[in-house]
Amino acid sequence: MTQLLKIIPWLLIALLGAFALSAIAVNRGENISALWFITAALCVYALAYRFYAAWLAATVLVIDETRATPAERLDNGRDFIPTHKWIVFGHHFAAIAGPGPLVGPTLAAQFGYLPGTLWIILGAVIGGCVQDMVILFLSTRRNARSLGQMARDELGPLGGTAALIGTFTIMIILIAVLGLVVVNAMKHSPWATFTVSATIPIAIIVGVYMRYLRPGQVMEGSLIGVVLLLLSVVAGRFIDANETLRLVFDREGLTLAWWVMAYGFAAAILPVWLLLAPRDYLSTYMKAGTITLLAVAIITLQPTIKMPAITPFIDGTGPIFGGKLFPFVFITIACGAISGFHALIASGTTPKLLSNERDIRMIGYGGMLLESFVAIMAMIAATVLEPGVFFAINSGVGVVGADAATAVAKISSWGYPVTVEHMQLLAKQMGEESLFARTGGAPSLAVGMASIFGSAFGESLLALWYHFAIMFEAIFILTTLDAGTRVGRFMLQDILGNIWPKMGETSWTPSVILTSALVVSGWGYFLYIGVIDPNGGVNILWPLFGIANQMLAAIALCVATGILIKSGKQKYAWVTGLPLTWLIIITSTAAYQKITSTDIRIGFFAAANDLSDKLAAGSLSVEKAHIAPQLIFNLQFDAWLTVFFISLLWLIVFDMLRVAVRTLNGQPVLPLTESPHSPSRLVEDWVRD
Amino acid sequence: MPNCFKKAWRLLRRLSGDDAYEQYLSHYALKHSGNDEHPLLSKAEFFKQWQDEKWNGIKRCC
Repeated sequence: MTQLLKIIPWLLIALLGAFALSAIAVNRGENISALWFITAALCVYALAYRFYAAWLAATVLVIDETRATPAERLDNGRDFIPTHKWIVFGHHFAAIAGPGPLVGPTLAAQFGYLPGTLWIILGAVIGGCVQDMVILFLSTRRNARSLGQMARDELGPLGGTAALIGTFTIMIILIAVLGLVVVNAMKHSPWATFTVSATIPIAIIVGVYMRYLRPGQVMEGSLIGVVLLLLSVVAGRFIDANETLRLVFDREGLTLAWWVMAYGFAAAILPVWLLLAPRDYLSTYMKAGTITLLAVAIITLQPTIKMPAITPFIDGTGPIFGGKLFPFVFITIACGAISGFHALIASGTTPKLLSNERDIRMIGYGGMLLESFVAIMAMIAATVLEPGVFFAINSGVGVVGADAATAVAKISSWGYPVTVEHMQLLAKQMGEESLFARTGGAPSLAVGMASIFGSAFGESLLALWYHFAIMFEAIFILTTLDAGTRVGRFMLQDILGNIWPKMGETSWTPSVILTSALVVSGWGYFLYIGVIDPNGGVNILWPLFGIANQMLAAIALCVATGILIKSGKQKYAWVTGLPLTWLIIITSTAAYQKITSTDIRIGFFAAANDLSDKLAAGSLSVEKAHIAPQLIFNLQFDAWLTVFFISLLWLIVFDMLRVAVRTLNGQPVLPLTESPHSPSRLVEDWVRD
Repeated sequence: MPNCFKKAWRLLRRLSGDDAYEQYLSHYALKHSGNDEHPLLSKAEFFKQWQDEKWNGIKRCC
């Protein structure tokens, strides 16, 4: 009887979830409430967490509550500290949730709401959450070693090197594409540029406060910073209204790109307390606050989804990025469904805090579920816009033309009516000059969020909400940008240190300047090309980033699958093997198409050849002919980069298969590096906190 | 109810690192008291080291 009482609620959740999913899936032509998305997602998450994650923990990983974690054994009161699970959850989530799950779904909405939504929900419960949880477990059992170290220890030097190179290159591409998103959001928008610029001095004020005025008073300092940030959003309106001041902040994309590069360089060489650490506090509070606000607004207001379930662009003709539904929806939405980058946080950082293995399920699996939910909200914010408006904001001038009348005519001809007047009114409401061709995802997400918040708190505040949303996105994009540049610098110093030990000294100024400059010019190059690209740049860079991120996930899953097989759990190797196979299929297909496709909107070489033919024939405008050689070189470079990514992926897959086959044949392989069992002495008494 | 607020406040302080020095003090009292090799750090010194260490690695993701 009690057994039955336990099962009934789960049956109801399953029924509700199935009903919500089918409501989303079969809906055609009618407007559907966003509440169905939330319901479907939450029901699937609950079931997956209750059953699949519990089974993974108990049967596959065999979590041992009596085993002391590295945090307990190596407790040093600093980075290794046994910490309460909710605190670890907070740190872990703050680390994994960046701008990725917001931008990806926005771009993927060009296929309609359905494909992206299904991938976000199912990809997370079967792929992303499993990856995060298994890697967290493996690293916890290995003294909190990093993914690269685990790859080297368990698979061999080849796997280790591949993981290191993979991490470094993905970092470069990631920073470039995020930089491009910020630049596109600030381009010719004095208000946004002012607010985003203001975050730098505000971070410095907070940094100085925490370091010298009131050392260690993190909460006080952050609170001051948050208030100043909100004031800067309001102040932006006055800057925008002032004829002289607005000129200072009204800038071309290229100028802003140079500013962003200068900022990245400064952040990498300046001490962390001055800029990076205080900015991170601010961005974390902003992120937590805004995401909660968005969730509350969506649940209480239940906005209507205006985008159709599926658009004709699944055939690959989409204006935001080229490529068919398969494989590109799975490449475009990386974070939110499965993100290789998380494996870097789940190994190394989070395990140092874990007080008991029991918490692995909640932090690894649960943390990723929450990230997936953020992606669902981004999808909702993108699809509550009229499709015509959505496409007008996100289509580059190279696709729809620079002239407003031509653009609306073209977009309306696709079956998504929109008028110049409507776009002008919307731009005016948002306090912007124009909303046409504001590619990158940030402006359309901000319009979506502003319209959701606006209907809750009054239409008159739309412009404030829009710029608040832009500031919110920009602040943590810049946090990823500066933290990433710094990590890239450390990695490069580490690599160069193997050749010339002096370069490896992280505090030797010439080395710091040289490696920082190298990292910044690495991503700065892609950012520069992205800005001068008439198609918006995001259409090239985002798929490249997606391929790189999925490749890193595949590397992590290779390490996980290899270790499962080595530990005699080949029966369960499918839990990581299945998402791994899927990732290999989608990244290989996407890479193959990016390299060989004859469609100039997909194939890098095809686009390069087309452009050089046009250049030779003299059919390009003077302006375009001027930048064409750089664009041609970049397209060829991107193609070779894709070849490199995919070779790296297959290299590590074969390395994993080699280890697996040898293990199954009883041949010698590298020994498991799991640290020996030592009993936990921690008492379950968190009252003392 | 006040207990609940207290708990939330503690959670927030722990999450933000506001109480890192207090944690260090209790760790110090437990493991290193009376040890000359590890002199007790002042709050400002501790915060300096803690912050530098915290940002020495991949801490933020996409």
